[in-house]
Amino acid sequence: MTQGRPDGLPAEVEAQPVVLEVDDLTHFFGNLRAVHAFDLTLHHGELAGLIGPNGAGKTTVFNLITGVYPPSEGSIRFRGVELVGMPSHEIIQMGIARTFQNIRLFSNLTVLDNVRVAYHPHAGYNLVDSVLHTSRYRAKEAEMTERAQEFLAIFGLESRQNEEAGSLPYGLQRRLEIARALAARPKLLILDEPAAGMNPQEIDELMELIHFIRDRFNLTVLLVEHRMRLVMNVCEWITVMDFGEVLTRGLPGEVRTNSQVVEAYLGRQAV
Amino acid sequence: MLARLRKPTVSFAVGGVLVFVVVQLLLSLGVLNNFWRGIIFWGAALTMVSLGLNLIYGFNGQFSLGQYGFYAIGAYTAADVTWRWTHADASGIVLVVFGVLLALLLYAGVGRILRGFYRVTVMSKFTFYVIVTILAFWITVQFLVPALAPVVTGVLGVLPAAMSQQVVFFIALVGGAALAGIASFLFGIPVLELGSDYFGIATLGFTIIVKVLLDNTDTILPFAEMKGARGMIGIPHWTTWPWIFASLMLVILVMRNLLHSSTGRAMVSVREDERAAELVGIDVTQAKILAFVVGSLFAGLAGGIRAHDLAFLHPQSFAYIQSFNPLIIVVLGGLGSMTGTLITGFLWILMLEGVLRLYLPQGFETWRFVVYPLVLLLMMLLRPEGLMGRYEMPFLRQKLPALLNKVRKESGDRGAAVPSEGTSADAPTSVGEVTA
Repeated sequence: MTQGRPDGLPAEVEAQPVVLEVDDLTHFFGNLRAVHAFDLTLHHGELAGLIGPNGAGKTTVFNLITGVYPPSEGSIRFRGVELVGMPSHEIIQMGIARTFQNIRLFSNLTVLDNVRVAYHPHAGYNLVDSVLHTSRYRAKEAEMTERAQEFLAIFGLESRQNEEAGSLPYGLQRRLEIARALAARPKLLILDEPAAGMNPQEIDELMELIHFIRDRFNLTVLLVEHRMRLVMNVCEWITVMDFGEVLTRGLPGEVRTNSQVVEAYLGRQAV
Repeated sequence: MLARLRKPTVSFAVGGVLVFVVVQLLLSLGVLNNFWRGIIFWGAALTMVSLGLNLIYGFNGQFSLGQYGFYAIGAYTAADVTWRWTHADASGIVLVVFGVLLALLLYAGVGRILRGFYRVTVMSKFTFYVIVTILAFWITVQFLVPALAPVVTGVLGVLPAAMSQQVVFFIALVGGAALAGIASFLFGIPVLELGSDYFGIATLGFTIIVKVLLDNTDTILPFAEMKGARGMIGIPHWTTWPWIFASLMLVILVMRNLLHSSTGRAMVSVREDERAAELVGIDVTQAKILAFVVGSLFAGLAGGIRAHDLAFLHPQSFAYIQSFNPLIIVVLGGLGSMTGTLITGFLWILMLEGVLRLYLPQGFETWRFVVYPLVLLLMMLLRPEGLMGRYEMPFLRQKLPALLNKVRKESGDRGAAVPSEGTSADAPTSVGEVTA
């Protein structure tokens, strides 16, 4: 097994450039070892999954990658750049985007503004333009608005641009959160339990959506999920975590039948 | 050029001019006596402080009790500049102009250097900025004041006295605001890292520190003219209605424009969800510091205005208990509503210092302080979102962009649309309703 990947992936995937390289990642919360010696290597265009029982450390891994807290040990390289020590907003600006387990929209902002906020690092005008509303402000603002609107149209949210984000139905909020994450054109999208709280029909839509954005935006996707149906259908390969360590890795079929995994996580139903 | 003006802009401008002319007329004709003049001016100053607090608390979500500290810094700085000027001493002008410029220059340098390093702790960042600030003002006091004070006196001496007075007043106001801004910047670096509640406590501490320092301006601090706890006298009475009006308009316009920009959206996103803002690429620390500094600039400006209206400054009027005034105004008016703050700011002073003081029976003035907590209590019970909620008058409201397909004709295929049964307006939301 090569480091951080299962064997037996197609050769054309292996030939793609490496996007994310997580190496020997360890993190302690006080005396609790939440993540231990975690490895993960993602190539461009992959759709990989991370599963494990509650408390296995999946979200911690996500938080470490996005700089929410610095890891106790280990390194995280994104397209060759070391991320450890960088503040979150700079990691995001490098081209990583994520969503949250529980949806975290800017509820009192409009749908459009939720997306426009994501453009702020590239607003293209400075504080003086902001205060004086110069012609540059007007031009850039119009450009930004149009970009955001076109972007919302891709997700079918364009007609709701002026509604408060918090007033959208749940499925659309999830969709908007993904749209916001993608607005700044990231190279890697990290989805933290995107199907949480969704009904079967919404999950079907979500699966289509994930495939669609991967192809349309030319992305690499890493996702944590509990819903086996989604993980098995969407992910090309899966890493299974338990007690902060990697239990096994493999293609969906292999993982499903792996006795360790079944024992630790899936339970009898899945067999 | 004219075609671009929107209707709300026009009505706001017309309304503003009307207010200006009417109040000026009433003042000139003597309809409003000194008492009411004082109420209006006081109301305006407090409204400016409150607008600043609304930017910090209502729009950026940082609970600050320190605005009266910055108000005090602005007041005492501006007063000191004009006091010295009227005593044939231009050192105050040199200090606020060149000291501030030098400090800003050095800040830019330090900022550029620090940007090259990751993991600079806030305390070391803070230390660097403090050292640089001390350096800037030390250089100014040691070298620039002796060298430039005569030059400034000479240049201003060329102007007619009335005009040089206005110029000095302008410099004093800007200087007061700038020093308040610098103080908030330095204070904000370490303290804004704390969560909002802790930030509130720390800023309360700041107000207390400022008050104690003002009590001892003539002993601990080298400002004998401020006379410590006895109160500063001899401040020229220069604040006029045009100055008040212009300052208030400036504050409103700057705040509005800022909020309607990308920077403003970043600030509001921090209020909505700090972690989420960080994870869409917003530099949260920067957004917080910016809001805090701009809000404190407003407070400093208001301080200068107030000082030259009262012509007397006493540390007691900047005691921490006073710092709840802007907070009450902002909460009453509605967090995140400039319109609400504008209304309640004036109303507050009008009621508390005007109407109630005049019309409560003799000896009952003290009851005002029983009445207003009751009003607050009722307000919180009946209308917790404040008088105006998030309502803004049209000029202050951000224009919602027209829908895309209305802007331009259908431009053909924009690529594959998302598979989207779920996007129709009434998508099934059974799960959503349960979770929500």
